[in-house]
Amino acid sequence: MQIKEQPNEYDVVIVGSGAGGGMAAKVLTEGGAKVALLEAGPFYNSEEGNMFKWNYESPRRGAGSRERPFGEFHANIGGWDIEGEPYSNASGSNFKWFRARMLGGRTNHWGRISLRFGPYDFKRKSMDGLGDDWPISYEDVAPYYDKVDKYVGIFGSSENMINEPNGHFMPPPKPRGYELLIQKAGRSVGIPVIPSRLSILTRPLGHNESPHRNPCHYCSQCGRGCATHSNFSSPSVLIPPAQATGNLEMILNSMAREVTTDGEGKATGVSYVNTISGQEYHIKSKIVVLAASACESARILLNSRSEQHPNGLANSSDVVGKYLMDSTGTDMMALIPDLIDGIPHNEDGVGGMHVYTPWWLEKEKRDFPRGYHIEFWGGRGMPGYGFMGGIQRHNKILGEIDSKPRLSGGGYGLKLKEDYRRLYGSIIGMSGRGEAIAFKDNKCEIDSEKVDKYGIPVLKFNYQWSTNEIMQVKHMHESFEQIIDAMGGKPLWEKPGKEENYGITDPGLIIHELGVTRMGNNPKSSAVNMFNQAHDAKNVFVVDGGPFVSQADKNPTWTILALAWRTSDYIIDQMKQKNI
Amino acid sequence: MKRKPGADPQKNSGISRRDSIKYIALGTLASTYLVGCTTPEEVEEAVHAIHRDGHQLSDRDIELLRQKFFTDEERETVRQLANLIIPSDDRSGNAEEAGVVEFIEFMMLDKPENQTKIRGGLKWLELESMKRYQQQFYKTSVTNQKAILDDIAYPDTAGPEFSQGVSFFNAFRDFVATGFWSSKMGMADLPYQGNVANAWQGAPQSWLDRLGVSYNS
Repeated sequence: MQIKEQPNEYDVVIVGSGAGGGMAAKVLTEGGAKVALLEAGPFYNSEEGNMFKWNYESPRRGAGSRERPFGEFHANIGGWDIEGEPYSNASGSNFKWFRARMLGGRTNHWGRISLRFGPYDFKRKSMDGLGDDWPISYEDVAPYYDKVDKYVGIFGSSENMINEPNGHFMPPPKPRGYELLIQKAGRSVGIPVIPSRLSILTRPLGHNESPHRNPCHYCSQCGRGCATHSNFSSPSVLIPPAQATGNLEMILNSMAREVTTDGEGKATGVSYVNTISGQEYHIKSKIVVLAASACESARILLNSRSEQHPNGLANSSDVVGKYLMDSTGTDMMALIPDLIDGIPHNEDGVGGMHVYTPWWLEKEKRDFPRGYHIEFWGGRGMPGYGFMGGIQRHNKILGEIDSKPRLSGGGYGLKLKEDYRRLYGSIIGMSGRGEAIAFKDNKCEIDSEKVDKYGIPVLKFNYQWSTNEIMQVKHMHESFEQIIDAMGGKPLWEKPGKEENYGITDPGLIIHELGVTRMGNNPKSSAVNMFNQAHDAKNVFVVDGGPFVSQADKNPTWTILALAWRTSDYIIDQMKQKNI
Repeated sequence: MKRKPGADPQKNSGISRRDSIKYIALGTLASTYLVGCTTPEEVEEAVHAIHRDGHQLSDRDIELLRQKFFTDEERETVRQLANLIIPSDDRSGNAEEAGVVEFIEFMMLDKPENQTKIRGGLKWLELESMKRYQQQFYKTSVTNQKAILDDIAYPDTAGPEFSQGVSFFNAFRDFVATGFWSSKMGMADLPYQGNVANAWQGAPQSWLDRLGVSYNS
């Protein structure tokens, strides 16, 4: 096997092109650095996406596949199960590892929920004694959140809630009809329901750096890739300005194997394999920035063993792979009688909820630590695969509405056909997403036996929910029940009980993997410093979710973007000072 | 993360093209044949009665569309059963007219994990009909057919002796519903009025009034 040496030496090699890698590419190239961006998957431009396609254009009506578990028209290539790229779990562990394989990574997937961490979220240990505080505070990150808000664009409302900081918001879209009902129900039971905060443009951007980005046209299909670049994804927002500098080289279909180091333990570049040709390469750089997703970056570091770094790169502390977190989650659906026999109208709106519930019981006494937020969904969306599945569970209720009791749901024939029409748009869903505590024992490590199809040793996960998370999810269901009851709704299934751990999702399913290259001031207990710089190798940085010390109940993308910007500014500064 | 109803990642994990061919080779070779079409366009014309607006089918989709899963008798049963579940009325046509039979056949090949449930269920239905009427389901009268459906279409009141029939019918009804309502005909019937560029101004006043809510409170 011949390993080809790429002729050029770069200032920086970035591994991964998602939120962290895309932001690093933008800021570093604009700062004058020559950057090579490695991406394991192919090129992607959302103008080539599936927006405005009808589900009936497909013989499977939009059903998912192994490559696209969220539906065949979904932009994101990847999932929890990728052919030739296995991972394993220790006995009793059931972590599900989501990977995206394309330019932009999983920014092509997410729900654009863009929540800043608040002041409490950086200092939770000081408040409840669990986990660790971050070595930085909200004040350190706030200027970068501001920059991200303004550059990328976000809608929302300023609510002056201390741990849900105000941002630079465009006006939020008006709630849909059912969302107003949820809001009203929330008010009656003391659960706040406020405009959501999504990175979707409802107005023209206030700057001229992204003339290709237009305000939203409300087709609700953000997940399919937006042809007008109205929402945030790395290929829509971050890659174009990096390319415009002339300082970016994209190296696609290239899977990083390891970071190479010299006799002093400093990084010298990255070795990788072309996933199409199988050709092995090495690329030289002065600095390596890992942004491959938290666990993938940890895997690369752990696989980068050398005389100077026998335990893997940046891992003299032995914390790489440890303190793995994913958000807690559980869901409920309910049929809302007031929404039956609805008035037809276009209810698409933006791609996702127009309202949500932020964590609201900070000061209340409760039997679990940390909080959660609630996401809402429902409405008269485009029918596709799985449309109104399991009708037998809920058309019985029409008997009550009509005062003509039905002994069973289900049925067939004209009456059933009419039932579907009447029930369309009457079902709402709620998803709780909460903060799990970082535990050292929740981890990924290198599987001692398995390799993937490229011969790269794979990860083995070991993750257990604790009572903290399970009790939190129990509370989510109690909140769902309050809202549903206040709406006069009928839950579509029983509230899950203790024996099912109250319906908590398997870890990894919420796709917020964080924490495996944690940030800290002490090199003995953390992998990177407060600038995401490896304690053990000054020219190695991590800008994905790995450095997170705690996760908040917030979706992590906005914080990944802010921290990646902050780290990139630091790198430019350090390069100028010739410190790295 | 946004989870759509029914988007269980485990259930929708699909299969690779190779697995699919292997499965067909092992299990259903006898009913697998090409339909005499050579180009993708011909396949679409001949096999699939769906309305299409220029979506490019993948090679795998075209390959699947050229195959059959059901025997002729099974397909006739599927057709009749689908039309019993969603018949035509003054607002729209029946399941068959919306392309449901082709949709279900395609899904059997696309997600082979459904094959045993549906094929086995059709067999259950046939045996039940033979037992009662000494006639196959698709050959017996509509009255007889409905008598069987009355025993399996209502889970809460169905007798325990029909539990397998109930389980099959629940799954089959879901397939028919997806196939019908996600068709162009079904969307127009509901009606689904989205998938167009617009400036969202909120829900119409009539709907707000009905719900007793407003944007001013």
